Amino acid sequence: MTPEDLAAELDRVGYLPDAGIATAAFLAWRMHRPLFCEGEPGTGKTSLALALAQALGLPLIRLQCHEGIDATQALYDWDFPRQLLHLRALEAAGPVDADQAEASLYTRRFLLARPLLRALEEAPCVLLVDEVDRADDEFEAFLLEVLGENAVTIPELGVVRAQTPPLVVLTSNRTREVHDALKRRCLYHWLEHPDLAREVAILRRRLPGIGERLAHQVASAVRRLRELDLLKPPGVAESLDWAEALLTLGRTELDAESAAATLGAVLKYREDARRALSAGVPATPPGSTIAG
Amino acid sequence: MTGAGSLTGLVGFAHVLRRAGVGCGPERVQAFLRAAGFVDLSSRSAVYWAGRVTLCGEPDDLARYDAAFAAWFGGVEPRVPRRAGVRASSVAALGDGQLREGRSRRLAVAASDAEVLRRKDIASLSPGERAHLRELLAQLRPVPPVRRGLRRRPARRGGVDPRRTFKAMLASGEPTRPRYRQRTARARKVVLLVDVSGSMKPYADALLRFAHVVARRMPVEVFTLGTRSTRVTRQLRHRDPEQALAAAARAVPDFEGGTRLGETVRAFLDRWGQRGAARRAVVVVFSDGWERGDPALLGEQVARLKRLAHKVIWVNPHAGKDGYAPVQSGIVAALPHLDRLLAGHSLDTLRRLLEEVGRA
Repeated sequence: MTPEDLAAELDRVGYLPDAGIATAAFLAWRMHRPLFCEGEPGTGKTSLALALAQALGLPLIRLQCHEGIDATQALYDWDFPRQLLHLRALEAAGPVDADQAEASLYTRRFLLARPLLRALEEAPCVLLVDEVDRADDEFEAFLLEVLGENAVTIPELGVVRAQTPPLVVLTSNRTREVHDALKRRCLYHWLEHPDLAREVAILRRRLPGIGERLAHQVASAVRRLRELDLLKPPGVAESLDWAEALLTLGRTELDAESAAATLGAVLKYREDARRALSAGVPATPPGSTIAG
Repeated sequence: MTGAGSLTGLVGFAHVLRRAGVGCGPERVQAFLRAAGFVDLSSRSAVYWAGRVTLCGEPDDLARYDAAFAAWFGGVEPRVPRRAGVRASSVAALGDGQLREGRSRRLAVAASDAEVLRRKDIASLSPGERAHLRELLAQLRPVPPVRRGLRRRPARRGGVDPRRTFKAMLASGEPTRPRYRQRTARARKVVLLVDVSGSMKPYADALLRFAHVVARRMPVEVFTLGTRSTRVTRQLRHRDPEQALAAAARAVPDFEGGTRLGETVRAFLDRWGQRGAARRAVVVVFSDGWERGDPALLGEQVARLKRLAHKVIWVNPHAGKDGYAPVQSGIVAALPHLDRLLAGHSLDTLRRLLEEVGRA
């Protein structure tokens, strides 16, 4: 398999990668290294992981990071209420041997596997660690340990080791600088917004009902919006939303009127909307050629 | 597999890249060589991507990588920036006079002088007093502001902790006294924005040293503002103040230049602030408020900053002086959006600032 083959597989499941994304994902898969994806919001970091799982035919396990996430939410936890019930049931059944009863409490069936443990148990799989920059830095050290060893030690049970390491995709929006030690273990890929032709292709692939003309108009309008120095430049997710909004309204053309009606799907700040309207963006710039 | 010839070429490329300022250590280079084994080495694009994903670690690396790649594999003459040695002379660029060891020692002993120095305007210090000021700055003990954390930890009172209560019941098999838990306190982020334009020249060195002291004690991000905004957090992380300041001086391209505060604050917010650096943080702006650009833009951007941040404190070196009135175009535009406008011309006022930040 080559990066081009992987690109074709991703294409098949509806994700259109450029050469950089395909090579990065290919190397992560073959080298068994986590792939660390950074980039502007809406450049397809999370959907890359979803597409990889589909393309490679592997289950996807997702760990959404947030402030204060810890091992009991990410790795495993004991099911205390069930353990308690089990103990009561043993008591009710008759005299119990204390040691045996305790041993029976710490078995696999009372263990709640959280995403990281599930990924190790179910590997081969794709593990998505989403928005790792939102977690605290203590969590990074812990993540590093699990990703480095591809194993965890549960004191009461023993070591759980992945037979084949899961394909790990980490995403970050750069709200915080992630520690170098974590990045060093990973392949690093910075995702850019796709170029015009690719964005048109993405729109047409994701929204089968859209015509070449409308897709081209939306993609080029979004490109111009990105150059406008906005508070929140729209990503691919926003252009998809926009195109879908237009389709839902039954529009086949992006003119000033239909743009004004649907601008809320692509720009989420009042200042941005005002700036876009005063720059006259939704209107197709004169002289632009429409293919097809 | 890679032959001996191409291996030398790849390692040589990594070496050039390191000289160009990309922090690719041996681990990254090894990853690069492994990656090279998986891709088609005769394809320029494949080598480019294999190198980019393994050798780079942040967006700032990408431009350097592109230049070095073009130079090494394209035969363009590599342009490697000269590395300046860590000398006192490079620190002098920050508006520092000559430092005489003997004099600073003698001053350090004189406690009454220290009292005077605390209140004295930093801009009017003699070189000896400046050296003494550094020692006093290093003795500051900043305390970070706190916010309520999301995590809970065991406590004597607070809400009931079901986990630990269940666990205790599990151990004894009987209902027990409930266990409690409380939310933790966490350090709130602090962001320092230091104006290093020409009009702030007499204060820039002392303020960056101040930033270094603060950075060693609490989670803080430091940026300089001039004709552009530069992140110097990484440089100031150095333990030794002289090395940290020298590194910062090398990183900042626009010392003593003009000020376009509005544009640089916007650049900071676009690149860092909105993404999270300024969110719920205590933001301290050190500037005299001389704006050469459009004051309306500055007002707009400070308003935006205020919406993101927990507190915005503006520190003006001139604010503590007699007869000061906030009339500079920049400060007038920013004033409605500030939580506090503080003085910052002497050690005492900087200490008061720290108290204010700690309480925020």
